[in-house]
Amino acid sequence: MNRTTSDSVLRLQARLKRSEFELNVDLNLPGRGITVLFGHSGSGKTTCLRVLAGMERAATGYVQVGNETWQDSHRGHFVPTHERALGYVFQEASLFAHLNVQENLRFGYERTPVHLRLHHWRHGLDLLGIGHLLQRMPNELSGGERQRVGIARALATSPRLLLMDEPLAALDTKRKAEVLPWLEQLHEQLDIPAIYVTHALDEAARLADHLVLLEHGQVRGCGPLPDMLTRTDLPLAHGDKAVSMLTGVCRGHSPEDQLTVYDIDGGQLLLPEARERIVALGKTARLQIQARDVSLSWVPPEHSSVLNVLPVVVTDVMDDTPGQVLVVLRLGQDTRLLSRISQLSARRLGVHPRLLLYAQIKGVALVR
Amino acid sequence: MFLTPENLQAIWLTVKVAALTTLILLILGTPLAWWLARSRNWLAKPVGALVSLPLVLPPSVLGFYLLVGLGPNSPLGQSMAAWGLPSLPFTFTGLVVASVVYSMPFMVQPLMNSMQALGTRPLEVAASLRASPMDTFFRVVLPMCRPGMVTGCIMSFAHTVGEFGVVLMIGGNIPGVTRVVSVQIFDHVEALEYADAHRLAAVMLIFSFVVLVGLQIYNSHQAERGMA
Repeated sequence: MNRTTSDSVLRLQARLKRSEFELNVDLNLPGRGITVLFGHSGSGKTTCLRVLAGMERAATGYVQVGNETWQDSHRGHFVPTHERALGYVFQEASLFAHLNVQENLRFGYERTPVHLRLHHWRHGLDLLGIGHLLQRMPNELSGGERQRVGIARALATSPRLLLMDEPLAALDTKRKAEVLPWLEQLHEQLDIPAIYVTHALDEAARLADHLVLLEHGQVRGCGPLPDMLTRTDLPLAHGDKAVSMLTGVCRGHSPEDQLTVYDIDGGQLLLPEARERIVALGKTARLQIQARDVSLSWVPPEHSSVLNVLPVVVTDVMDDTPGQVLVVLRLGQDTRLLSRISQLSARRLGVHPRLLLYAQIKGVALVR
Repeated sequence: MFLTPENLQAIWLTVKVAALTTLILLILGTPLAWWLARSRNWLAKPVGALVSLPLVLPPSVLGFYLLVGLGPNSPLGQSMAAWGLPSLPFTFTGLVVASVVYSMPFMVQPLMNSMQALGTRPLEVAASLRASPMDTFFRVVLPMCRPGMVTGCIMSFAHTVGEFGVVLMIGGNIPGVTRVVSVQIFDHVEALEYADAHRLAAVMLIFSFVVLVGLQIYNSHQAERGMA
């Protein structure tokens, strides 16, 4: 819909001194998909978002979105927040308490110049499943509903950039699970770039196309999500939560076994049929494999209950948490897969780079 | 009717002064409270203290300074005379001006409190929804601060009704012009007309009590709605 934004870059260069840290980032982000700013609290991820939005007047730097320059400190150029075509979703939905849902949604829509409106304010109703809440007041909504209204409200301003600051952090696990599918659906429909701040790896793994890892106000690493997850020089690949991300093409369904077959780089994966959503044939899906669910053996195991066994090449071996070893594997041409095994197993197998092994994958999750 | 025409006149005058004072305070006090609540300027502190002074000063002191400051010999009085404007002391206008100063903290404080309680988040939300600062002030800040506004108006009105010392100093005791209820009661007592004093005093007592009960009910109602 908005080609100029989608095809061009997003540039954020910012410096800001804070008491806790000094932000100093220079990022060129893709003009499409969801970029996740990931890091601990105090890493500067929310500050980056606020600089993009023009809410940190003290920050110096350069902000460009598509063909618009929002800030250029060298030239003394600064576009105030209300003149930036952005949508901002806050951690606490921050709906206006004196307005009902419909009035909240219309607030930004009515202030968007007619020629800049890309869609009607009702556009977000189906996208976020809030059509039945229009007449409610914010204090009559659940936390999850409030957050969904907050996202729809941001979209109603026809933004060229969507900024989301830990939209799920204030929700409990149940509410989080309720909102996440809406965010995933949004991701498929969204024709503008989005920047999503979180410190939860599972959210990042489900939503990100691109990931920026921030530490103490600096960029530790930046790249496509599958690469970032398996880069051993970054903390993401280490620890119990390490996970690899694969893309698979849906090849077929087996109704009697309730299984779906996916083609991946270097083989096929069988997945239990996702009850809530059937992936259409030929469609690409994102598959997630926990490093601790990948075990290794010299020969393909016979008489095993594990469905997915794939030939792999060891590319790297390193000590991880005490007693555990992280093995980086290559699958097919250039897909990276992580395996976390015990030190003892690694010693018994004699794992070393270039060794050919078989990876047994105990669990694969369909992310989207 | 158990009130004499003089007493009714005093009540009507009091209501006029209080209503006008409240209206003026609402118009002046709202931007002032906003500035005091938001500004990081060093001037905000002394100005805030100045606004609060009537809370601690004896009304006679305040009245005295107003009398001197607004009088025909003061710079203000002289420049007003030069413009052909009448002198303020012992007039209805002078009484309203004095009341505005005297009741200022009762309007500004509740407004300022609710504006501070608002925090910066609603302003950022509004800005992200393309609302300019002015637009935000009228469409977000004021509606969200309505409880503070209502409290400020009620308190200013009630406080103006209850003023005595300042009135006596700057307004004097002119029937129909500056003789408000509190002064009228004083006159009745001076003249040993205890029955009249009783009736008027009872009106004041009941009025003040009802206002305060109403305010309490309003506040708890707002708290329930999550607006306070």
